[in-house]
Amino acid sequence: MKDELDRKVPLPDELKKRVIKGPDGFEFEVDPMQDYFCQEPPKEHPPIYVKIVEDFFNWARSESLWILGFGTGCGAIEMRPLMTPRFDAYRYGIQWRPTPRQANLLMISGYLSVKTLKRAIRAYEQMQSPKYVVGLGSCTINGGMYFDSYNTIKRLDEYLPVDLYIAGCMPRPEALLKGFEDLKKIIRAGGAEGANHYAEHFERYKENQKKVILDWDMPDYSW
Amino acid sequence: MEFEWIRIPYALLTLFIVLNYGLLMTAVIRKMGARAGRRYGIRFYQNYIDLLKNYSMRSKITHGYMFYLGPVFRLTGGIGLLLFVPTIFGSEMWSNFSFSGDLILALYFAFFGTLGMALGAGESGHPYSAIGVSRGLSQVTAAELPFAIAVFTVALQYQTLSFTEIVAAQQGGFLNWTLFTNPFAVVAAMIAFLGMMMRSPFDVVLAPQEIPIGPPTEYHSAYLALMQTNRNIYPIAKIVVYMNLFFGGAGSWPEFMLKAFLLYLFSALVGVVFPRFRVEQSIRFFLIWGVPVAVIGLLWV
Repeated sequence: MKDELDRKVPLPDELKKRVIKGPDGFEFEVDPMQDYFCQEPPKEHPPIYVKIVEDFFNWARSESLWILGFGTGCGAIEMRPLMTPRFDAYRYGIQWRPTPRQANLLMISGYLSVKTLKRAIRAYEQMQSPKYVVGLGSCTINGGMYFDSYNTIKRLDEYLPVDLYIAGCMPRPEALLKGFEDLKKIIRAGGAEGANHYAEHFERYKENQKKVILDWDMPDYSW
Repeated sequence: MEFEWIRIPYALLTLFIVLNYGLLMTAVIRKMGARAGRRYGIRFYQNYIDLLKNYSMRSKITHGYMFYLGPVFRLTGGIGLLLFVPTIFGSEMWSNFSFSGDLILALYFAFFGTLGMALGAGESGHPYSAIGVSRGLSQVTAAELPFAIAVFTVALQYQTLSFTEIVAAQQGGFLNWTLFTNPFAVVAAMIAFLGMMMRSPFDVVLAPQEIPIGPPTEYHSAYLALMQTNRNIYPIAKIVVYMNLFFGGAGSWPEFMLKAFLLYLFSALVGVVFPRFRVEQSIRFFLIWGVPVAVIGLLWV
């Protein structure tokens, strides 16, 4: 948690530590940033089974990609045709889930403004390991057409562990399908350990994130 | 009565067959739904992979004891419903643990999972869960009313509370089925069936596009896998109850599978054709269309 002194943007009133008087006159202290969240950093979850079992599980994980339906930028438009008759990604084992708890693939679809990055981080941290991140479009690689914008991030992998980029502005749905097939290959080969990488380099990721998110008013790790 | 231990492995085998049948059948039904929307749909073995993946997730978090117990209760409801109802009529092997008063127990088990889920999802503390639970309980309660009256009708008609005797009374040609001897009760029960299958038009409980995705919002990894397992057992168990009460039971596994498929297809067909009801609309639907028909059936007896 950032110290109150070196915050550039002050905490909103409702998140400040304060004393509240209950309806029966009983007074108690509330610290929303500490009380409602667990401050524990993420743990590494290394592959624990023997190789053949882990390979089998990796195959299952690769064939059942559940995408979090969270459109961050214009690229989200390219994901809609995948659900509809023309491209129909369901036949490849790709499905959309409405909640981060059940999803295991976070698609960063296009540019990420700083405001959205905050939400993307929270969504990513609530997903369960093993989880994968795919950066969609040039904006996630080097900023793309927003390379000189003051309000978007330029390189996604400084903030979240990215498993795969799909280049293009925007990539066509066909390119997305190809990207998913490539991601499946990475997962099957056991190369998609982004969640462990994130836990291992947690300090560095947090430092990068806090560098751009000035009004940091959430727990360090929302599990 | 002497208890025969051989019943336990047979009951487990029933469970195994029903689970696999449920996994394949729900995938096929989803595929048919997709074809109705001109999509190709999921692979027929996709349910197995999803289940395996969810069981193999590495991390899980908890919100408390009831959060653990919610999916367990739900699964207990599904398995309990299945195990205390005779699956195949006339076979000692597949009649599971049915006994003379099993009709009442089945009614109880049908509601058990929903209540367990309500407690578990309530503890997760997510607002969408709370909304989903309140919607689910009110809707299922309303749907249970015509069903309960229809079950009383059947019990009155055959003067018994035992599934085996109810099925026995319906043997000898399909004209002896409750479907033809008391059509009103069956119509009322089928209306309730739609409400309990959690498919459109009564899927406002899950409502993936509106309250993502209702009670199971916070459930993940193995918890979700348990609930998925139950989602494949529970509807079949429910269908077994309906089959025994209204459609003459099943004399063999192929007959069982055909009847179960057709009954499930009925709810899926209605789901594809009709859009979603809001909760108050669906409650009104059950009370206006379900209950009077059920009462007529009761008077008919």
